Amino acid sequence: MTSIQKPQVRHPGLPKNTLGYTKRDYEGAMSTLCAGCGHDSVTAALIQAFWELDLPPNRAAKMSGIGCSSKTTAYFMKQSHGFNSVHGRMPSVTSGASAANRGLTYIGISGDGDSLSIGMGQLCHAIRRNVRMLYVIENNGVYGLTKGQFSASADIGSTSKKGEANVQPPIDPALLALSLGATFVARSFSGDKTQLVPILKAGLMHDGFALIDVISPCVSFNDHEGSTKSYRFTREHEVEMTEVDFVPIRHEITTADSDAAVTAVQMHDGTVMRFRKTDEGYDPNDREKAYAHVRACQMAGEVATGLLFIQRGGADMHAVARTVERPLVELPYSELCPGKSALDTLMDSYR
Amino acid sequence: MAPTNVNDPHHYHKVVDCQYACPAHTNVPGYLRLIAQGRYTDSYLMNRASNVFPGILGRTCDRPCEPACRRGRVDGKPVAICRLKRVAADLRDDITDQLPTAPAVKNGKRVALVGAGPSALTVANDLLPLGYDVTIYEKNAQPGGLMRVNIPSFRLPAKVLDDECGYIINMGATMKYGTEVSSMKALLAEGYDAVYVGSGAPKGKELDIEGRWDESAKPNIHIGIEWLANVHFEHVEKIGKRVVIIGVGNTAMDCCRTAKRVGATDVKVIARRSRKYFKASPWELEDAEEEQVAILENHAPKRFVIENGKLVGMEFEQLAWSEEGGKQVSKVAGTVIIPCDDVILAIGQDNAFPWIERDLGLEFDQWEMPVVDKVTHQSTRADVFFGGDAAWGPQNIIWAVEHGHQAAISIHNHCSAAPVTERLEYGMNLVSAKLGMQSWSYHNDFNPSPRQKMTHEELVKRFSSVNVEVELGYTPEQTALEVQRCLNCDVETHFTDKLCIECDACVDVCPVSCLTIAVVGDEADLRTRLSAPAANMTQDIFVSGALPQTKRVMVKDEDICLHCGLCAERCPTAAWDMRKFDLLVPYAGATLESIVSTHIASAGAAR
Ligand SMILES: Cc1cc2nc3c(=O)[nH]c(=O)nc-3n(C[C@H](O)[C@H](O)[C@H](O)COP(=O)(O)OP(=O)(O)OC[C@H]3O[C@@H](n4cnc5c(N)ncnc54)[C@H](O)[C@@H]3O)c2cc1C
Ligand SMILES: Cc1ncc(C[n+]2csc(CCOP(=O)(O)OP(=O)(O)O)c2C)c(N)n1
Ligand code: SF4
Ligand code: SF4
Ligand code: SF4
Ligand SMILES: [Mg+2]
Repeated sequence: MTSIQKPQVRHPGLPKNTLGYTKRDYEGAMSTLCAGCGHDSVTAALIQAFWELDLPPNRAAKMSGIGCSSKTTAYFMKQSHGFNSVHGRMPSVTSGASAANRGLTYIGISGDGDSLSIGMGQLCHAIRRNVRMLYVIENNGVYGLTKGQFSASADIGSTSKKGEANVQPPIDPALLALSLGATFVARSFSGDKTQLVPILKAGLMHDGFALIDVISPCVSFNDHEGSTKSYRFTREHEVEMTEVDFVPIRHEITTADSDAAVTAVQMHDGTVMRFRKTDEGYDPNDREKAYAHVRACQMAGEVATGLLFIQRGGADMHAVARTVERPLVELPYSELCPGKSALDTLMDSYR
Repeated sequence: MAPTNVNDPHHYHKVVDCQYACPAHTNVPGYLRLIAQGRYTDSYLMNRASNVFPGILGRTCDRPCEPACRRGRVDGKPVAICRLKRVAADLRDDITDQLPTAPAVKNGKRVALVGAGPSALTVANDLLPLGYDVTIYEKNAQPGGLMRVNIPSFRLPAKVLDDECGYIINMGATMKYGTEVSSMKALLAEGYDAVYVGSGAPKGKELDIEGRWDESAKPNIHIGIEWLANVHFEHVEKIGKRVVIIGVGNTAMDCCRTAKRVGATDVKVIARRSRKYFKASPWELEDAEEEQVAILENHAPKRFVIENGKLVGMEFEQLAWSEEGGKQVSKVAGTVIIPCDDVILAIGQDNAFPWIERDLGLEFDQWEMPVVDKVTHQSTRADVFFGGDAAWGPQNIIWAVEHGHQAAISIHNHCSAAPVTERLEYGMNLVSAKLGMQSWSYHNDFNPSPRQKMTHEELVKRFSSVNVEVELGYTPEQTALEVQRCLNCDVETHFTDKLCIECDACVDVCPVSCLTIAVVGDEADLRTRLSAPAANMTQDIFVSGALPQTKRVMVKDEDICLHCGLCAERCPTAAWDMRKFDLLVPYAGATLESIVSTHIASAGAAR
């Protein structure tokens, strides 16, 4: 906790986006997380991404479960909709919300405990259904909120603050998502906003479920020597597979794509995401190879970051279920509830 | 860009904009906090240590601190520093037993001061406690110089002057009132160890145009500073109904407002140029306009109009200004006659030293000004020193005070057979302001209150006499709000690079986007890569050494930091800390040890 609220005054030269907002207009309540928590940097990166994308705050919904990471949603876009669900249930609640109102931008924030232990099944099904949402896992290898027990993402041999080594094999959310058919898989680091912000923007514009595993150190329980999720360890063992540059539609692309290593991907609304392979032989359009490569990094004790996999044009939950185009709130009552005769006709069709 | 050396007091001193801009380096945030705590006497004494005349300056100071104040860059209006100084002065208790005293046993050195204006009085203030025998020669019957005879008492009541001049004189200066020094040679012959010339710039400038010397018009054409002195001495008690003032500096402002109090009803101040070039301070212009004085721009005096042996008006050329090759040039667009009964010339002051013989080893330059060293105030004659308006022409009270401090150091060196150039550098104390987790020894929250407005005496009462003070001072409520507007710039953000883990918490929390972690570069390049544009190039940027994990550097644009301490509160490793900075200013007779110890006392007091 800080002794004061963040003063409302701001730098007079702070630029405004096309909606007339400065970055600070996308802030939320003052963080109550520990000083130096990686999650707060993720919050700052999210704010930067929303601001750069001109996202109207009243058209977004912030979804979360339980954990320090899940508290993040309180700290940005105070004007947005939101739902703070029970532990691990955020994916299902978001699926439901999206089913009812497909017109909002869904931003799910979870933790490694919230997503890979209690909420694992929920996460798998949201991926499988391809719910259109940004799904951020703030991954610190521990249950921060309950004082630092190893989580399911802790690496074998990584030590607790008291020196005890973890013996259980880790679940890597990126590998999990790749194996379940996710169409957007990325990994980044809270301590590297130049990488994280463009990836968040690309994920927000993706036309399906976008999973971003963000290594986000827990300064209080998992930032010591011996931890494999500390600031220092991540910096020393990070290997960047691709470098992402996200170009919103209204910005002209000025740098020519003469560089053969640069690939441009047209997003659904015409914006362009470009990435550069920084690792020779890496192909983020090939699921099998991507899986093999990320897995090899894991075995070598390296942290593969960047945009790991992307596939455009996958059918999302609404396309598969062939639901109505408009959000339910926008349907006239007569269409939303067509009456007894319509129900009878439907029932007859099943006879 | 090399890492900033914060062990040099200069970096942190410059962050305290007000103190840096004050010629005497008054510890502004320190004394404002004391006011906030209701410790008016302590606040007064902290002021007095550097500016000597807090009550006088709290009413009349030119306030170079206020345009510099960081709060002005944050919400448009600086803290009302000057007005708060007056609060401390008005509400202080009896301080006689806390003033410096002169030792019973003198040091055997005799010093003569010419003039009893603010600069000479400051010299006396600094030398008397060291055991000097100080004699002050003053032409007038009372001390204060122009503060007494020119600054009208509706701005500066006599009681305030009497008290603060008295504090110095009562230490035991020998006062020779009514004694004009008419020969420097004779003065030196009296065997003083040193002589200080603080005689001011006593000559008002002339306007040599048609009609000026016409015998019939002469009685109605006045020199501003002489006329103000005559009003002070009650030699002049009235003026015509319609008065024209030539010039738009501070003297003009006092002339027009005084005229309104001795019978004038229609007063016009005439300026050659447009408002943005006026010399008078904006607040003086406002005060004059509040008193229904008209200010006319772009008029150049052409001649005095005399009809039937009587001054009836003044003719002006109306100027149209334009820019040519980066220079302002004027064209005459027409002429106009402004009818009036009296004219007051307020177009500047000159120095005059007819009483200093030119064969004493005391050099004068081509403009008949003494050759004086900018740092030591020593003339070309080792035992004669100059300061205040006498040294380099008219300035203001606070500069006169600072000159006095510096000259006193030189005089003390001279009398102790030390080189005058042997001067102590500024020092500093830097003490953590941390009291515990998220708890500081200062009030770190930002108060969004707007600048408090000074209440003025109602017009009818004001015009009834020259002695009715116009500014009524702040109410307790206004004081409480205004002190909270201070951003405590002296509680500095202090960075220890080896502790930083580059978590970005400080960068993310800073409400005014001061902080950036970046790959090092030269200054011009770094300034383009900050979290928010570096709008103000006069403010420094702080650059740390290489950070342990990535070898990038922490960069802080000092421009609009609120000193809210949030960076330090959100830092997990205490790499950022808030530290109370105290500038250690050496005065005459100070040793390194003595400046440190007196200021530790004041740092403690500021908590
Ligand atoms: C109308 C007017 C208004 C002003 N208002 C302000 C203001 O609001 N704020 C501000 O900061 N400044 C103001 N100033 C400027 C300020 O008053 C001077 O800069 C300041 O007083 C200079 O101090 P000093 O000690 O150098 O000399 P002075 O104040 O000029 O004092 C010199 C003294 O020396 C005496 N003296 C001179 N020659 C001799 C001699 N031969 N023998 C003996 N005695 C002698 C004089 O009688 C006088 O008392 C104003 C000036 C004027 C003219
Ligand atoms: C149903 C239920 N079971 C257990 C808990 C206790 N609990 C609270 S937070 C948490 C783990 C959070 O870990 P993670 O999602 O990684 O978040 P972090 O605090 O590390 O960011 C647990 C087990 C709970 N709140 N509810
Ligand atoms: S316990 Fe860990 S995860 Fe939770 S707020 Fe503190 S640093 Fe962040
Ligand atoms: S004290 Fe720190 S957080 Fe506050 S404005 Fe200054 S740099 Fe920013
Ligand atoms: S909060 Fe502290 S540790 Fe984190 S980046 Fe800032 S100075 Fe470094
Ligand atoms: Mg966790």
